[in-house]
Amino acid sequence: MKGTRYADGSISYPGHPVGPDGSAPVDEVDLTEYTATVVTWTTSMSAPPGVREPNTLAIVEFDVDGEPVRALGQATTDEIEIGDEVRPVHVDELREPGAGIREPDSQEWDGYRFEPAE
Amino acid sequence: MTDVAVIGASMTDFGQREEWVVELLSQAGMECLEDAGVEPHEIDHLYTSNMASGEFEGQTGIMNAVAHDLGALPAYTQRVDQTSSSGGAGIYAAWQSVASGASDMTLLVGGEKMTHRTTGEATDVIASITHPVEYKHGVTLPSFAGLTARLYLDKYDAPRESLARVAVKNHENGVDNPHAQFQKEITMETALESPIVADPLRLYDFCPITDGSAALMFCPVEVAEEYTDEYVRIAGVGGATDTHVVHERADPTTMGGVVESGEQAYEMSGYGPDDIDVAELHDMFTILEFLQSEGLGFFEEGHAWEAVEEGITERDGELPINTSGGLKSKGHPLGASGVAQGVEIYEQLMGEAGPRQVEADVGLCCNVGGFGNCVITTIVEASS
Repeated sequence: MKGTRYADGSISYPGHPVGPDGSAPVDEVDLTEYTATVVTWTTSMSAPPGVREPNTLAIVEFDVDGEPVRALGQATTDEIEIGDEVRPVHVDELREPGAGIREPDSQEWDGYRFEPAE
Repeated sequence: MTDVAVIGASMTDFGQREEWVVELLSQAGMECLEDAGVEPHEIDHLYTSNMASGEFEGQTGIMNAVAHDLGALPAYTQRVDQTSSSGGAGIYAAWQSVASGASDMTLLVGGEKMTHRTTGEATDVIASITHPVEYKHGVTLPSFAGLTARLYLDKYDAPRESLARVAVKNHENGVDNPHAQFQKEITMETALESPIVADPLRLYDFCPITDGSAALMFCPVEVAEEYTDEYVRIAGVGGATDTHVVHERADPTTMGGVVESGEQAYEMSGYGPDDIDVAELHDMFTILEFLQSEGLGFFEEGHAWEAVEEGITERDGELPINTSGGLKSKGHPLGASGVAQGVEIYEQLMGEAGPRQVEADVGLCCNVGGFGNCVITTIVEASS
């Protein structure tokens, strides 16, 4: 789970060829070394093909040495609240490749879920 | 820049239709030609708004098919895809074609055929707009709505009931729209006790999956007067884009594309939020009606829910919103929705809205693609 740091000091996840102010990427940040705070969350009861149901999702915010970085991902539980502290845990396959419309080889399917840090 | 008029409008019934996308588009196109009193050979440009006919139906090249079926050859034609805001983007393209002097008669037709797909398949086609880091987590547009609604309710201490009130209002408006997919009222209890789709949002916070088509005819104002004494004028139009990755936005409860496109449309038209008499907003999810009405300056941030609770946005309120029934009740055939918003505003300003009629000289449409990823805002005024 690599965040991209740009010349102006900002960090985004995922990375882009240029940062918010047009500056170039200069570094990567391993977000799995940090915990994050839940900004908001939902549990989706109507999932598309190849997705677990129910599917709890959260937008979280990492604090990377004072620089905020947001990410969206599945949560390991629906027992979470806004403001909770979570950490990323690796999952080999977040969704069944090829079950949905997207070409399986066009992207990666592993990633990180968020679990309560306590 | 040429002053642009709209001289005709039409829409098919929205809902579960037997026809496939080209036939739906052609139906609305034929009706619009008749409404405007324009012959097919008079069309210079023909724009077809559609998000995903290839993915839904395996039918591409639909702009060519529609031009042929309408007898509009050899008009210049183009398919306009801006996901859910394809219809609004079609209005922008049609306005540009006439304003620039490139066309003296432009037909815009928008449509989609979706209901032959399962809910899961249709949801996945729409969710395919997302970034790979979102898609692999099974993120859908309804889940974006659930995430945002929870944050909005928490941030502004708004009651859950205020979202249900949007659904109740728009269903009530849809009763009087003969083209609406749902022409029935619902109660607060029905909305609040319906199944959860994306917590805290429930079934009646979401628009349905829909087939349908809508059309508008554009020409210069001086040409309009050769066809009719009554028409409407495009006073302002703006388009803007927000981040592809939704979680990268600084504040998920602010839709930057709505704010920016609205400012552009206000500046071009010379009107401000207080001048708008009636508005069609993209209520694909109830929470979006709040976010757009705040982003367009109708209400301050965090206060749209109070306006809904006070009845300000009802048909007999100070600012009627979604008199058509909105996407919520009328339905949301993706490429048609932005055009159908324009049809409702056209009918309101022409005094042709029947039992839905409100007193209005200036109307606004806001068509949202993705979850605010692309937005088109259009301001329309009556000619007299």
